This record gives sequence, structure tokens and C-alpha cells, in this order.
Amino acid sequence: MTTASTDIERKPAVTALRHKDLLGIVDLTAEEIALILDTAEAMKEVGTRPIKKVPALRGKTVVNLFYEPSTRTRTSFEIAEKRLSADTLNIAIGTSSVVKGETLADTALNLEAMAPDMIVLRHSSSGACHLLSRICRSAIINAGDGMHEHPTQALLDAFTIRERKKQLKGLKVAIIGDLLHSRVLRSNIQLLTKMGAQVWVCGPPTLIPTDIRRFGVTATSSVDEAVTDADVVMLLRIQLERMEGAYFPSLREYFRVFGMTEARLRQAKSDVMIMHPGPMNRGVEIASEVADGPYSVILDQVANGVAVRMAVLYLLAGGAEHEEAA
Amino acid sequence: MKKLLKGGRVIDPANGIDGVHDVLIDGDRIARVGRDLPVNGATIVEVPTGFVVCPGFIDMHVHLREPGQEHKETVSTGTASAVAGGFTAVACMPNTSPVNDNANVTSLILAKAAEAGQARVYPIGAVSKGSKGELLADIAELKEAGCVAITDDGHPVATALLLRRALEYAGMFGMPVIEHCEDQSLKGDGVAHEGFHAASLGLRGIPGAAEALGAERGILLSELTGSAFHVAHMSARASLRAVRKGKENGVRVTCEVAPHHFTLTDEALAVPIPYDTNTKMNPPLREVADRDAMLAGIADGTVDVIATDHAPHHYDEKNVEFDRAPFGIVGLETAISLALDRLVHAGLIRLPRLVELMSTNPARILRVPGGSLAEGAPADITIIAPDLRVRVQAAAMRSRSKNTPFDGWELRGGVAATVVGGRTLFVNPDASVGI
Repeated sequence: MTTASTDIERKPAVTALRHKDLLGIVDLTAEEIALILDTAEAMKEVGTRPIKKVPALRGKTVVNLFYEPSTRTRTSFEIAEKRLSADTLNIAIGTSSVVKGETLADTALNLEAMAPDMIVLRHSSSGACHLLSRICRSAIINAGDGMHEHPTQALLDAFTIRERKKQLKGLKVAIIGDLLHSRVLRSNIQLLTKMGAQVWVCGPPTLIPTDIRRFGVTATSSVDEAVTDADVVMLLRIQLERMEGAYFPSLREYFRVFGMTEARLRQAKSDVMIMHPGPMNRGVEIASEVADGPYSVILDQVANGVAVRMAVLYLLAGGAEHEEAA
Repeated sequence: MKKLLKGGRVIDPANGIDGVHDVLIDGDRIARVGRDLPVNGATIVEVPTGFVVCPGFIDMHVHLREPGQEHKETVSTGTASAVAGGFTAVACMPNTSPVNDNANVTSLILAKAAEAGQARVYPIGAVSKGSKGELLADIAELKEAGCVAITDDGHPVATALLLRRALEYAGMFGMPVIEHCEDQSLKGDGVAHEGFHAASLGLRGIPGAAEALGAERGILLSELTGSAFHVAHMSARASLRAVRKGKENGVRVTCEVAPHHFTLTDEALAVPIPYDTNTKMNPPLREVADRDAMLAGIADGTVDVIATDHAPHHYDEKNVEFDRAPFGIVGLETAISLALDRLVHAGLIRLPRLVELMSTNPARILRVPGGSLAEGAPADITIIAPDLRVRVQAAAMRSRSKNTPFDGWELRGGVAATVVGGRTLFVNPDASVGI
């Protein structure tokens, strides 16, 4: 594994991905990440055309298998698939045989029998995509597994940062919120550290994973410390039910100690970017003035999500090689 | 009918024996151990040089699953697995369905064991009715039916008060209380050791402190009551510290460690197969410092017993998402090889200490026959081939379940033969003894 440099970010040393699946950022090299981001730039251009469609995935079948409710990610994948001319179908929990007690492995094998090319899986259990990967020929794309990874989110975050800052290397990125339960955090740590960013993570000690320093990040419970001179501030969603686990006393108190306000943000760099993977809790992890303010790129993240997912789908389908064959 | 075992190194720590001796078996009993015993019409069995003749190994922590979960294991398949793993006796946990909290269940298990005619079975009864943690089970009845200890294994005894009462009451019959040490609030819905690897894989953690709190509680109550307390499947260094301190203070505490806890660490969650459900057990595979503490405890004598926590589960039950899979792995058929490879050949302990850990001490703690080759003792003998090259093959195991993380492992040392009550029940074709 090589460490990232500006050169690598700009001139991909590789033209294809090594793995058949995208299970996590942990499996990608810096070169592969750069390749996906560069490919996404071309894909973004497709979205600006009057006819937003290319034939890259024509004749490919993509199954979106969602065991958890999701609006943003599922919609984003579906739009990406359609723009690439794939045949897509969506399976959501509650409308499938999951409610009849079928195991994940059996559901996957049944889908496999119908020979899809890719399965996009969102599941509440960490490692669910690894289970599918072991039993399926189809390419598995992780759309979020439990508390483990959400690789396309980290990729779209990186794409959004790179659009503004030109490169990731050397940036101070502060990630603040529920670190313990966050798959967005785990993917972002992997990606940002591989690309040479300085990652700071911040939250109450109750919500910081064990041994987090071994991931190569700086951990703190001081928001001021995390935000000072930051190039990017990323807020993570705080879930109401965490109060029941006694992780913190109340949403009100969380906002008092950790909420991102304009006053706190003044300590960051003057061109700081405010990011949030959504869905946001206004007035809990982020003040509305910040979410809607001039530094916010939250809707850019959503827009870029389509381009990044197009890039991932395209590259896993074989990229240019596949297009030539077709 | 008499058999004379000649040429093996006999190790019997209970009688201070370690050397090349003959062992004379008369029917189902040991008749004599000594040098150059007269043949007197006995069938001579030549034990190959380098093989070791020991009192039969006893696994004091096994889940035989019968009654109620026969798709995982039965008394018959479990005891066949035991003899194939070199164990002449097993003690089976009461978390069957129904729970072994009364003489009917105990008698059923013993009847099945007699019918199977493989390893001896010593049932362990429940502490509380239904293992629900409310009322004490009928412990005198369990004892009379054949139970040798009590436990609510699978869970800790629900309250400190009930554990105290169980210690006091069972102490009257000289039965130890075996405890699955765990503070359940601290364990929460954890599925893996709380450490770097669980954090990295996004698995909910179980800290070592959850186990140590349970161990500390039991040790304090053992001190209070003066009754024998046994820490099951110990995995955390803080628990070992508690046991060591308890022993120094004269508390009647003993403990066991499972082979997976002295062999593997939580790194196995990620490598070689990420989220392999055969690395999911409770207590979980812990971090390097804990694993090393278990090794140190085995070497310095703090650990009394190696027990497998043999926990068979059907393939279908394990072929699910990691957090939905049941805890536990099979252990009977890999224990001796792991112990020889990781403890003896690693230079941590010598063979006599291994025999103490796997035979002498479990017999002493459970107060069951065996653990000794004294004249008149049952002819329960384990013959080991310390240098045999063994390749673990899950598919070839006699257990009904194959849930092991050790499939394909190559280890040095294995079982040569297993003799129960004078009957040879297992001979390893790779290490043949003409017994």
C-alpha cells in the first residue's frame, strides 16, 4: 500500500480496480481511490447533459437490496444506475421474503440464480456484504453495513472536498459526532488517512471507539481543539435512541457541548467546508445557520453522490474494457 | 482379561510418576504401574517410543446439546467426538432444552451416555430452576441423580444473593459452583471483544471488565461462604489477576481456560476470513495482552484446567450475519493438538503440567474418579503422540457440528489412543498403537 501524493491523486497509476466487490475503503489503495474520483469527474459531466444517459451498463442487471430504510443512498444509486443504462430493481425489507424468515444467504442465493451482475446491499449488520461476497458471483457494492463501512459515502465526501480544495493531502479534517456507531466515520478515516489528510475525530468519550488512535487519527472530546484551523468540518448524525444507552444525557446538552455553531466555526480556516452525510438533526449536531450557511456543501455532497456511484458501478462492471466488448 | 502396556512414558502427576513404565490393566481397572512388570498371561501392547501414557483426559466444560438440540449434537456424537479427541470423560453443561435442573433430565443424559458407550459423562446441574436465576434447583436431587457440580452456564447466576446461596447450599454436598462470569449490563448486546478489531469491523464490544466483574463477585462470595468456586472459560487478564489474588488469600477458587483463548486473539475476527462466525464465542477472543496472560497463567500454575467449552452449532445457524450467529465453537477434537503445539512445544510447560491441566485437576475439582493411574483406579487412559503431525479437518470430525476456526491448521502433537474402562474406544490410524 502506498501513501498518497498529489501526483497520484491527479494521474491515476491504475486503470482498473483489483477486487470484484466494493466492500469497504479498507480494501482500496490510494491509486484506486484516485481512479474512482477521476472517473467520477467524467460521470459528473454526464449529469449536465440534456440527455443524462450513457450506454456504459447496457444489458447489465443491478439489484438494490436494502434491508434498512434509506432515501438518499438508494435514490442516488438508482439514478446512477439508470444514467448508465443498467436494468435495475429495488428490493426493500417488508416487501420481500425476509419477513417470512428467509436468511440473508438464501435471499442472496435466490437472487444469484437470476444472474444479476451487481448487488448493492444496505444492511444493519456489520459484515453482511462480506457474507454475500463469499457466496455470490455478482459484484457486491456496500451501501452501508451496520457500524462498519459506507464506502460510497466516503468517496463522495472526498470528491466534494477535492472539488473545492484540489487535493486531500495535508488538509485538517475534523469529524464530530457519534463516532462509535458510524460507518461513515470508519470509511472516511480509511479514505482520508490513505490520501494523506490529517484526521481529527471528536465526540463524547462514550461515543469514541476503543483504540481509535490506532487508525492514525487524533481523538479529542474538545470541539474547539478539533475545529481550530480545520479545512473541513464533518458532522455525524446523533440518534435520539443513544440517550437510552446513557451515551449522553440529552440532545439539548449534546448541542451545548458538541453542536456546531457559527461561533465555534470561527476558529476554523476562513474557507472551511461544512459537511454532513445526512439525515441532519438541526439544533443537535449542527445549528441551522451553519447547515444553511455559506460554508455548507451538504447539498453538493448529495449531488456528487450520483457521479461517484456511477464511477463505482462503471469501474466494477469492467470500465472501458467492458464498453469495448459491448 | 489383562493388558500390559509396555514401552511408553507414563506420566501420572497424582502419583508422582514420570518415566518409562509398564501399565497393567485388569478388566476395567488399573492393576499396577511399574518397571518391567511380569506378563503373567496378559496381552502385551507395545507403546511406541516417545508416546505418552496418561490418566484419561477429562473435559469439564462441554455442551452435549441433548435433550432438545439434537441437530447440533447428541450425547452419542458428543462422546464419540470426545474419545476421538483423547478425552475419556466429559462434564456436560445444563443449558439443554429442557434445562438439566431435575433428576429426570440428569437420568436421561446418563442413560444416553451408557447407551452410547463412549466417553464417561458427568452431568452438571443447573443452579436455578430453568436457569432463570430465581429459585434454586433441587440440588440434592441433582447430586443423587449423578450431577457433579452446578452452574447456570450460558449466563451468570442472576444475582449476587442467589450465587451466595448456591455456594452455601452446594457446599454442603461438596459440589463446586461453576460460573459463567459476566456482568450482563456491561456485556450489553456485544458480540466481540471490545478492542481495535471490533472497532474497525464495526462490531459491538464486550470489554474484559465484564468478565472480571463476574469473577471478582464470585471470588468474594467464595471467600464469604468458604465454598468452592470455579471460573469457567476464563479469557480476560483482569479475571486472571482476580483469581491469582484470590488464591493468594486462600480463597477456594479454581479456573479453566479454553484452547481458543490461549491460541487466538481478536485479530481472527478480521484475518484470514473477515467476520468468520467461527471466531464468535462468549467470552470472545480477546486482545494479545489477554491471550498472553492466559499463557502466563497456564505456565505459572494459576490456571487449573484446560477445558474446551465445546459448543456445537449447526452450519445453518453459523451461516448468517456475524451479529446474528450464536456464540461458540466445537473444541473436543482440537484441544490436545492445540495444547501440545502451543503450550508444550512452545516451551511454556512440560508434559506433566499438561496432564495436570487436562486430567488430574479436573478430576480433583469435580471429585470424580479418574485423573490417576493408581491401583484400582478406572482404566481410563489417554495415549498421546507428542510429535505427531496433525492437520485439522473439520469435515472429518465426529462431532455432529463442524464449527471450528482451526480447520486446515497444521499442529504438532495429537492423540494416539483413548481407553475408557479398559476398552479401547479410539485408535488414531496415523499414530497406531496396537491396543
